Amino acid sequence: MPLARHELIRAYQRMKTIREFEERLHVEIANGQIAGFTHLYAGQEAVAVGVCENLSVEDRIVSTHRGHGHCIAKGCDVVGMMKEIFGRRDGLCHGKGGSMHIADTTIGMLGANGIVGAGAPIALGAALAAKMDDKGHVAVTFTGDGACNQGTTFEAMNMAVVLKAPLLFAFENNHYSEHTGDHYSVGAKDMASRAEGFGMLARKVDGCDFLASYDIVNDVLKHCRAGNGPAAIEFNTERFFGHFEGDPQRYRGPDEIGRLRSTRDCLKIFRDKVTKSGLLDGATLDQIDADVLALIERAVEEAQKAPPPTAADVLTNVYATY
Amino acid sequence: MAVMNMREAIASTIHAEMERDSNVLILGEDIVGGMGTAGGPEAIGGIWGLTGGLYAKFGPNRVIDTPISESCIIGAAAGAALSGKRAIAELMFADFVGVCLDQLYNQIAKFRYMFGGAKCPVTVRLTYGAGLNAAAQHSQAVYAMLTSIPGLKVVMPTTPADAKGLLTSAIRGDDPVMFFEHKTLYGDKGEVPDGDYLLPFGHARMVREGHDASIVTCGQMVGFAARAADNLAKEGIACDVIDLRTTSPMDEETILDSVEMSGRLIVVDESPPRCSLASDIAGLVANKGFAALRAPIEMVTPPHTPVPFARELEKAYLPSAAGIEAAVRKALAYR
Repeated sequence: MPLARHELIRAYQRMKTIREFEERLHVEIANGQIAGFTHLYAGQEAVAVGVCENLSVEDRIVSTHRGHGHCIAKGCDVVGMMKEIFGRRDGLCHGKGGSMHIADTTIGMLGANGIVGAGAPIALGAALAAKMDDKGHVAVTFTGDGACNQGTTFEAMNMAVVLKAPLLFAFENNHYSEHTGDHYSVGAKDMASRAEGFGMLARKVDGCDFLASYDIVNDVLKHCRAGNGPAAIEFNTERFFGHFEGDPQRYRGPDEIGRLRSTRDCLKIFRDKVTKSGLLDGATLDQIDADVLALIERAVEEAQKAPPPTAADVLTNVYATY
Repeated sequence: MAVMNMREAIASTIHAEMERDSNVLILGEDIVGGMGTAGGPEAIGGIWGLTGGLYAKFGPNRVIDTPISESCIIGAAAGAALSGKRAIAELMFADFVGVCLDQLYNQIAKFRYMFGGAKCPVTVRLTYGAGLNAAAQHSQAVYAMLTSIPGLKVVMPTTPADAKGLLTSAIRGDDPVMFFEHKTLYGDKGEVPDGDYLLPFGHARMVREGHDASIVTCGQMVGFAARAADNLAKEGIACDVIDLRTTSPMDEETILDSVEMSGRLIVVDESPPRCSLASDIAGLVANKGFAALRAPIEMVTPPHTPVPFARELEKAYLPSAAGIEAAVRKALAYR
């Protein structure tokens, strides 16, 4: 079923929010405003939003170290996220998690994760919880072309098939596991055929095309929600920044980023498609762009003003102190 | 009060908690057993005979027999717990912590702290310890390693009653608990309170009382220490024997009060000596109870080796009642 106008608007708004969130972080990190390691999601927005626009708050996701996009797509508070990344006391995780550990279990976001490949088993547990509840809910694990090579991902694929868990493996192939190409690191034709080998339904899609991504997720999740077990989708997507902020990216080809940004930008592709087909007009999208920039500006201002944690906060949310 | 063994106490507690709360699930390898075989489900019911009957009563969505995939067992327990369930995950042998350490160490131990207070009610049941000649990869007392991880509660009952009280608290609590079950204690019998029975963590049990020396221990070693204390009592040497019950949180007060009175500390630990429970408690008393000490702290532990197989070797490896007695006498003879 084609998406309604308000659904298209929301999807674009979410994708644009992710993009501007990441573009702004890139600037603030360079300015020295943000501590620690940050991995930006820009370029992959159509995957996170294409998946999460198919989910309800009772469906759950598990994310990766490159998790800001999944958080925003699932509905995490953008200001709370910015405060968390700035290390503030009233950040989404009280300044204890930072960029790599943003979570909000109340909306089914079970955490970004600093350990590559750790997420699939956790998402499997969320899927088993959904199976216990028997209300047609699902879980999704986002897994990159790096994490797809971890044994934990293989274990989770097998166990999900064995237990008929309503779990979607969203394989995001951005073609780089950290600084290494997928042609080198993935020892199979592709991730989808690997998933198929485990005995689950598997599809491939252009992850830079939101509409195609949304549709295939919608289709596949019907299979999962109906009690037919897990499924996998391999999204062909692109990473606009380095593995981490500060990565010199010497592994990139000549003007690779410029080429990707001009030909493989999911926001541009979305705009072209919906304006040419008359689904949305340019002015509507321009207004969303302006609103998103204002939101990000407000988030950064609030994060900058927010009080840092105190030394006493080190000892909150612990079980035992010695 | 019913008399039952540790195995029955644990099994009946799992049944009771699953009956009480439909959000409780259990998962692990062969916990149903016989899946996909001619024998059919429940052909085994867990290799320790602890989980039989659960599958028939609570069904496949709550009693989940998994492939051999320890990382996924712990990870799935964590994911279910973050989704509002209460998960009991079984590691057939505690040694398999080595397979799934990331999910314990980097995941469930960190969620509450790192995610701003997220609840992660996971009880990991681990069968541990030496004494059955199960050799180096099926006999280890890995509780010390897990005690060193902030964010995990670590529990090891030594009586059927304590098993019920501590396991009930573990399942009903909101935090991850490592629940260590010693394979040599499964058959030990004792009186178990009827109905709801919860024991709080961080409260040690005084097994024997005496002013001459303080023997601090846990798990299988509690019985060894009690035997040593009984032998010494025949000569008029009276010892406190303290069963820690939980090593995180740990009842420092009971240890320090006892040493304050006796002035002599003997720590008995089944884990290897370096960075161990023994060295940890010795450090605690050296730091907070130094003035009371009348003799050097004695540590009775296995040697720093893997657990050996042959009967004679395993016997020589494990601390013994005689070794504990000798350590007490040495402390008493100082100066």
